Amino acid sequence: MTEAVVVDRQFDDPLQQRKASDLGMWVFLATEILFLGAMFVAYTASRIHHPEAFAIASRLTNLTLGSINTGVLLTSSLMMALSVRSTKLGLRTASIVFLLATAVLGLAFLGIKFTEYYLDWRDHLVPVIDFAHRGPHAGEIETFFYLYFFMTGVHSIHLFIGIVMVLVLAWMAWRRHYSPDYFTPVELGGLYWHLVDIVWIFLYPLLYLVSRT
Amino acid sequence: MSTLMLPVRGNYLDEGFSLWSWLSSVDHKRIAILYTISITMFFFVGGVAASLIRLNLVTPTGDFVSAETYNKLFTMHGVIMVWFFLIPSIPSTLGNFLVPLMIGARDMAFPRLNLASWYLYIGGGLFTVGALIAGGVDTGWTFYTPYSTMFSNTHVIAAAAGVFIVGFSSILTGINFIVTIHKMRAPGMTWFRLPLFIWSMYATAIIFVLATPVLAMTLFLLAIERFAGVGVFDPALGGDPLLFQHLFWFYSHPAVYVMILPAMGVASEIITCFARKNVFAYRSMAFAVLAIAVIGFLVWGHHMFVAGTSVYSSIVFSILSFLVAIPSAIKVFNWTATLYKGSIHFEAPMLYLLGFVGLFTVGGMTGLFLASLALDVHLHDTYFVIAHFHYIMVGGSVMAFLGAIHFWWPKITGRMYSDRWARFAAIVVFIGFNLTFFPQFVLGYLGMPRRYHEYPPEFQVLNVLSSAGASVLAVGYLLPLLYLLWSLKYGPRATANPWGATGLEWQTSSPPPVDNFASIPIVTAPPYQYEPPEGPHPNPSAGQKGEGSEGAVGARDGLS
Repeated sequence: MTEAVVVDRQFDDPLQQRKASDLGMWVFLATEILFLGAMFVAYTASRIHHPEAFAIASRLTNLTLGSINTGVLLTSSLMMALSVRSTKLGLRTASIVFLLATAVLGLAFLGIKFTEYYLDWRDHLVPVIDFAHRGPHAGEIETFFYLYFFMTGVHSIHLFIGIVMVLVLAWMAWRRHYSPDYFTPVELGGLYWHLVDIVWIFLYPLLYLVSRT
Repeated sequence: MSTLMLPVRGNYLDEGFSLWSWLSSVDHKRIAILYTISITMFFFVGGVAASLIRLNLVTPTGDFVSAETYNKLFTMHGVIMVWFFLIPSIPSTLGNFLVPLMIGARDMAFPRLNLASWYLYIGGGLFTVGALIAGGVDTGWTFYTPYSTMFSNTHVIAAAAGVFIVGFSSILTGINFIVTIHKMRAPGMTWFRLPLFIWSMYATAIIFVLATPVLAMTLFLLAIERFAGVGVFDPALGGDPLLFQHLFWFYSHPAVYVMILPAMGVASEIITCFARKNVFAYRSMAFAVLAIAVIGFLVWGHHMFVAGTSVYSSIVFSILSFLVAIPSAIKVFNWTATLYKGSIHFEAPMLYLLGFVGLFTVGGMTGLFLASLALDVHLHDTYFVIAHFHYIMVGGSVMAFLGAIHFWWPKITGRMYSDRWARFAAIVVFIGFNLTFFPQFVLGYLGMPRRYHEYPPEFQVLNVLSSAGASVLAVGYLLPLLYLLWSLKYGPRATANPWGATGLEWQTSSPPPVDNFASIPIVTAPPYQYEPPEGPHPNPSAGQKGEGSEGAVGARDGLS
């Protein structure tokens, strides 16, 4: 049985409610872009000040794991998009499977990311805690790794929130909360997931690929 | 809900009397009152800090408090007044109360988010108050690095955490306003039938959602840098202190417009009502607030003219800062044109807002001094700057906030206050304000720097004048607290529309019912339906049925 669409007191009809929720999510994503944007500005300014150090430091990142992770995360976004589509079409089982696949890929990303953190720690590249790089520009290279851990850390927190959210969505889908008439939470969850994905698409070249020639 | 047990009593204030019924309410009107009480408390805490500052500056040798305490006092005054009073002042109180009422909606689009924003505000407030009780912060409200990250021995991280948290309360309010204004308007409430107060709330909300996150991230970076000793701001760590200033002012300059745009919205509502004339050039007023919000994002560099930024970027920022004067002047001229040949009534809200227009004009014009590159070298970091932004923030925003509280008090509480006392208080505030801050223009021009605990003896006369003014101002601020609270119990009952104003909020009862309107209104005319000045007081319902000429057209007729 599909639950009847519940409209909150302040809305006139389900359409108004859905459009309000959609716009709310888009505005929230705009705030996220500005929030993370300040972080990217900090990166840009530091890199302009220390181009050689950033070139050396970016070669110390793990390109293989970073590239695999990019593939993993892009695939998770595909799963999320398929889940939104399945929900809209009323394909409940497919929707749940795709949501779970999204969450699994998200967890895989975090697993690989933390493996990478471990390897960085083994190479003494963690600022403040254990940073032992020798040679010129050591201080600036530490700044790069500070930004690397900060930016990927903030991204991972966002991704973790996304995974919890996707699992809740899967649970609610299993409880038959969504239907072709009511799929707003899945759609909004998808928007959030894609934003987190897009942030990585910027982080990956800035941290791993820049100045690797 | 209580409606099952109690007979339907109608208004939102009767929907439960327990503390919990308030703390758990998602009714935008009750949340507005929660905010009003909270920001009033913070206002008086910040005011006490200001009083101690002025007390210390009575003598040139700084006899009253030590230099360290003085630094903590002006930091506390700034942090509390900016983030815990001015920024939430009109949007979170009157905006929360009026946005759904003015557009003909039952509530905000996201009522629970609205309540969450108040809890975040309180949470941030607790952090900041905790930092103050634990010993205070001495960085100034601007938290400039590397002083804040490396050298200050005070509770910077706790204070920054409070500001970080309260920022999310602004963001949630902003999201709610944007979505509500876009999606919740009553049938027939087109964009150009929105009251100008709604336009100003919309512009404010855009700044909330686009500027506040930048401050949040900046303070986050600052806290890590202070905590871990690695970062991007301190030159000793290979960082760039100007980067902090860029990021900080990217938020904090638009935040100044968060303080003044709502005040402009209030001015447009009150002046048109008490001039009994439609707002002059409605559309240009709406576009002007948007223009100020947009240009406001592009002027932050004028805070760093003497900080070593490139002269070319300074020239661009100077020009852009001058551009803000154009939409600001459009607003001032249009308010003046609205008054022209109007049938002006001098009730208390009008007195406050007439004061607002004058003081805002002085504050805005002196802003042009500071936007000029050469003059800024002389005036930067002097009392001229202090006087300038207090004319905007106190003379502008606080006067408008008080005027708005008086104007909508009957609607919010269902009670009338003593207009005689209110007019008296408005005049006391106006006199006290000018006595406090006008001497500071002179002090700054003569070269007295801001944030100094002592000063050369020749500045004493002007400082004593300023401190004397501050005590008059304090009386002016305490008076409304007394007679407004008095009116809650003893004031006569207010009618639905005591000022004969047009606008949807006046068409429902005072105080409004829980769902705001008995039935959702259908809007067929522009917001301002005041009859020509020579006519009698308009009957609002008759006005609604009238021909409904555009505000601009009606006003132009008045001028010809």
